[in-house]
Amino acid sequence: MTAFFAILKRDLRLSLGAGGIGLPIAFFLLVATLYPFAIGPDGALLARTGGGVIWVAALLAALLPIDRLIAPDAESGVLDQYAVRGIGEEAVATAKIAAHWLGFGPPLMLAALPAAALLRLDGETLAAVELGLLVGTPGLAALGVMVASLTAGVRRSGALGGLLMLPLAVPLIIFGAGSIGDFGGGALRFLAASSLLLVAIAPFAAGAGIRALRE
Amino acid sequence: MSARLAVEALSCLRGGRILFKGLGFTLQPGEALLLTGPNGVGKSSLLRIIAGLLPAFSGHVETSGGSALADEHMALDPRLPLAEALGYWARIDGGDHDTVVDALAAFDLTRLAEVPVRMLSTGQRRRATLARVHAARAAIWLLDEPGNGLDAASLALLAEAMAAHRAKGGIILAASHQMLDLPGAASLTLEAAA
Repeated sequence: MTAFFAILKRDLRLSLGAGGIGLPIAFFLLVATLYPFAIGPDGALLARTGGGVIWVAALLAALLPIDRLIAPDAESGVLDQYAVRGIGEEAVATAKIAAHWLGFGPPLMLAALPAAALLRLDGETLAAVELGLLVGTPGLAALGVMVASLTAGVRRSGALGGLLMLPLAVPLIIFGAGSIGDFGGGALRFLAASSLLLVAIAPFAAGAGIRALRE
Repeated sequence: MSARLAVEALSCLRGGRILFKGLGFTLQPGEALLLTGPNGVGKSSLLRIIAGLLPAFSGHVETSGGSALADEHMALDPRLPLAEALGYWARIDGGDHDTVVDALAAFDLTRLAEVPVRMLSTGQRRRATLARVHAARAAIWLLDEPGNGLDAASLALLAEAMAAHRAKGGIILAASHQMLDLPGAASLTLEAAA
């Protein structure tokens, strides 16, 4: 357990430090800023579509950290050193997922506040968006670590990571955006189920990916 | 610590080629083995199999007392000061501040403790890697080309650290193409497979 929390703490520190979460959050806010420019100042239209835009922006922002989640640790031998110490790859992946979510989910939920203002969302919609992000970002974080470990051995893995991750994130965006609006309760449950499924399988898939990197 | 390293009928398959087969040896506390042989005969692969990083094609490896591996990867966070980067591994291995201080002193790195890891020179990086192994408090040291990039003074420090480790009942398995100062060490030369 010492190792688990040590890995979590280290990864969280790396993610909150320079080159970490700042860029994805700035990107997220930039998308939310650009959208009203493209659509025009029609407040009603912005308010109706804004929730979905926040989800698209969140998904795109989740792509940015992928190449720093696993590849640097694989190249510098850190993952090998975990293995020499008998720390299982699944445990490493779980710690990395937890750290990635802590460094990604809450900052994104905070950034959703100014984004909601830019998109003219009302309080009720904002609450639904925040609840959806709370439920959905663990799934996004798990997916990010999983895709990162599967693409870490590939050169220029950024584009490949996006190609792998976006289709797998489709349920999150459907149910995430669906949870906003009048009949959002059912969609929120589906969002929770998709998120939970990703969190459950990601440690094993990422663990297998990390092992495969050694060959 | 009750150190033991036993390798039995071990063979290694890499990229569709048998690198070595039928390899066997046993090391007791205080013993050392120097692996030699030309490039590409599987010295590093043998160390990685023993460290548990590669599967053996056949045969098996038994270790007790924990192992620590120094290969070409430093595995230290480049942005952190050296002492802090070593401290990360020391904490995982159940060590404390003194473990790091001892390891730094053993490889003459004490005055570099506050220097960020990315600023270190080649020889200093090598010594930092060895200090990480020293701080791991493992019984079995697996050293892959530990003398690479080290000057004469650093080689003497390495010899001293290895002697101290063996005196405490530790085991050393070193792969090197240069001579290492390992008094009384057995030697195993891997031949290129036909």
